[in-house]
Amino acid sequence: MEKIILLGDEAVALGAIHSGLNAGYSYPGTPASEVMEFLIRQSDGGRKYVAKWCVNEKVAMEEALGASYAGQRAMVSFKHVGLNVAADPFINAAVTGANGGLVVVSADDPGFHSSQNEQDSRYYADFARVLCLEPASHQEAYDLTREAFDLSEKFGLPVMIRLVTRLAHSRAPVVIREAAKKNRDLKYGYSPDWTLLPANARHRYQVLLKLQEQLKDYAEGCLFNRFSPAQNGSRLGVVATGLAFSYFQEIYPRLDFGPAFLKISTYPFPEKKLLELIDQVDEIIVIEEGYPFVERFIRGVAGIPGKIIKGKMDGTIPASGELTPEIVAGALGLSAKTGLSTGNFQLPARPPQLCSGCPHGDTFQALNEALHGYDRANVFSDIGCYTLGALPPYKAIQTCVCMGASVSMAKGGAEAGVYPSVAVIGDSTFTHSGLTPLLDAVYSNTDMTVIILDNGTVAMTGAQPSFGTGEPLDRMLVGLGVNKDHLKVINPLPKNHQLNTGIIREELAYHGLSVIIARRECIQILGDKKRS
Amino acid sequence: MTYNLILAGVGGQGILSIAFVIDQAALAEGLYFLQSEVHGMSQRGGAVQAHLRLSETEIHSPLIPQGEADLILSVEPLEALRYFSYLKPDGVVISSRSPYINIPDYPPVEDIYREIKRAPVSLLVEADKLAKEAGSLRAENMVVLGAASVYLPLREENFKNFISVLFQTKGDKVVNTNLKAFDLGRQAAKGEF
Repeated sequence: MEKIILLGDEAVALGAIHSGLNAGYSYPGTPASEVMEFLIRQSDGGRKYVAKWCVNEKVAMEEALGASYAGQRAMVSFKHVGLNVAADPFINAAVTGANGGLVVVSADDPGFHSSQNEQDSRYYADFARVLCLEPASHQEAYDLTREAFDLSEKFGLPVMIRLVTRLAHSRAPVVIREAAKKNRDLKYGYSPDWTLLPANARHRYQVLLKLQEQLKDYAEGCLFNRFSPAQNGSRLGVVATGLAFSYFQEIYPRLDFGPAFLKISTYPFPEKKLLELIDQVDEIIVIEEGYPFVERFIRGVAGIPGKIIKGKMDGTIPASGELTPEIVAGALGLSAKTGLSTGNFQLPARPPQLCSGCPHGDTFQALNEALHGYDRANVFSDIGCYTLGALPPYKAIQTCVCMGASVSMAKGGAEAGVYPSVAVIGDSTFTHSGLTPLLDAVYSNTDMTVIILDNGTVAMTGAQPSFGTGEPLDRMLVGLGVNKDHLKVINPLPKNHQLNTGIIREELAYHGLSVIIARRECIQILGDKKRS
Repeated sequence: MTYNLILAGVGGQGILSIAFVIDQAALAEGLYFLQSEVHGMSQRGGAVQAHLRLSETEIHSPLIPQGEADLILSVEPLEALRYFSYLKPDGVVISSRSPYINIPDYPPVEDIYREIKRAPVSLLVEADKLAKEAGSLRAENMVVLGAASVYLPLREENFKNFISVLFQTKGDKVVNTNLKAFDLGRQAAKGEF
């Protein structure tokens, strides 16, 4: 029995490898990046299976779907907001169905550790009408991923694995089993199911609807869903999903009453088991990471006559933020212990900040100075390390919404009368979702200035490769139709401050589209190179 | 037996390297463990922490409840204070003395030392001096680990084995620097108590 130490993300990746994975695709994003990092490390340079970073999540999802159609086992992984980007192929893949096992890993970020929202991927699985598996532990992350590939092929549907930050980014020993043989031959050919013309789509959707009963039957018999009846005449029932169950499990031995409990690891969830629990108790506490997904189903509109239902919707558990041992203990009536206090001592916060010597800092200083004197300017920005430019000392940017939005919003802003209208976007975010809005701006020759911070890497998530950096990025911009006279490259260094400020100021004054590339290598990458 | 420890510091100070050594040592000794960590944006020069739980029996919660940490191990003094509410009434604090000042409102360091000493058991290690003596300022994390190792329910040779494993790709010199840093930290703690 071999035990190895794995991050939650890595347990999923190894589960996939041991399922005979043929191809993995991803775009970096916390807390999901380590799934692909692990796949790449174990792939023997791609000889064992395909493991690739993709230009964005939609592309990654579609590449995985293409591999699945070819009869291969494929997995795509991303953070929860990445699923928004991949939503179109994800929803439609449920209609076409999968051929080779197709597993979609979506890692939610309750508590906003490194994200702009705490959306709950279980709603997407429900929306697409596919099966979603939610591990409660590292062991289950490994085991359920292996199960997911088999289920995907059994039902002919994509299967989602839902992770949360605290599982994705914690480590524990995992018992691994013998790997399945990789015997997935290419299945050439095609199916009319994959061409979603209305007539085919109607037919396929009926198939998907009929499969729902089978998914429910699976949930009812799935051993990862566990019902335990009440002990000692307890009239309390606990419903806990995924990692929430682990917090409950830790506290359970400390309870002097023995509540009934239902552990949920699949969606659809086991309705019959849930009804059995409800039948035995007067009070139900629902504990889940993320939105009150199961709780809403249980409550419905009218509640359950004679039963008290507690959870996120009545404030027993906070509606936002991640679960903690204290929150779960408190919901079960246990008082939390108190630790030492630092009394009146004022502890200053230490927020994340740009590294010392970071090129973005120099660009922000030049931009701030160039904008001096304009009173109707907006700086729309994007997602990456440079989002920290919103904080002191720079206070240089004013928006962060979603990948690529800076360019589109700068165009909308300019057309609404904002001047200067500036977009600030990193090289990888630009190729992820900035190319298409820039084409829009080229077409209209919008009076706006786009600054591309080209540090040559996806810095914030751990230096994954960038698809459009250096000279190829310049050619991409010329190819899109950016006017060469207003395509400038600056080197953001303190010694170039006056020069750079002047160039930015000139382009802000130009009434048409300008693109300025601020090009200097990420200081972290440079440091790593020097050390090795 | 469950032993809960909080690892603290600033992004880039090598908290995850400490976690790696303890995790591997725990596995080698047949213990269960769970270790949470921080990735992504928060790593950029901000406060970082890891919850690490070791146990002879199976454990489930990846987070340590307030008031239940046996030890705070911090590579930075202000960061040691940040997690005081997690410490048991008889908990131990092992911290580096050297401040990492990257915020404008960093308090006077003597005030921080005074607060840390309010813990029932505390040790402020001269991690910068000892790391330099071992051969590299970057080894401060291993000095603090060495000092904390006196308290952790793990064997000395296992710490050392996995320090070697951790740094082996960087060559013998780096391995020896880090082993020496660990030793100096351990001696400092033994001399103190």
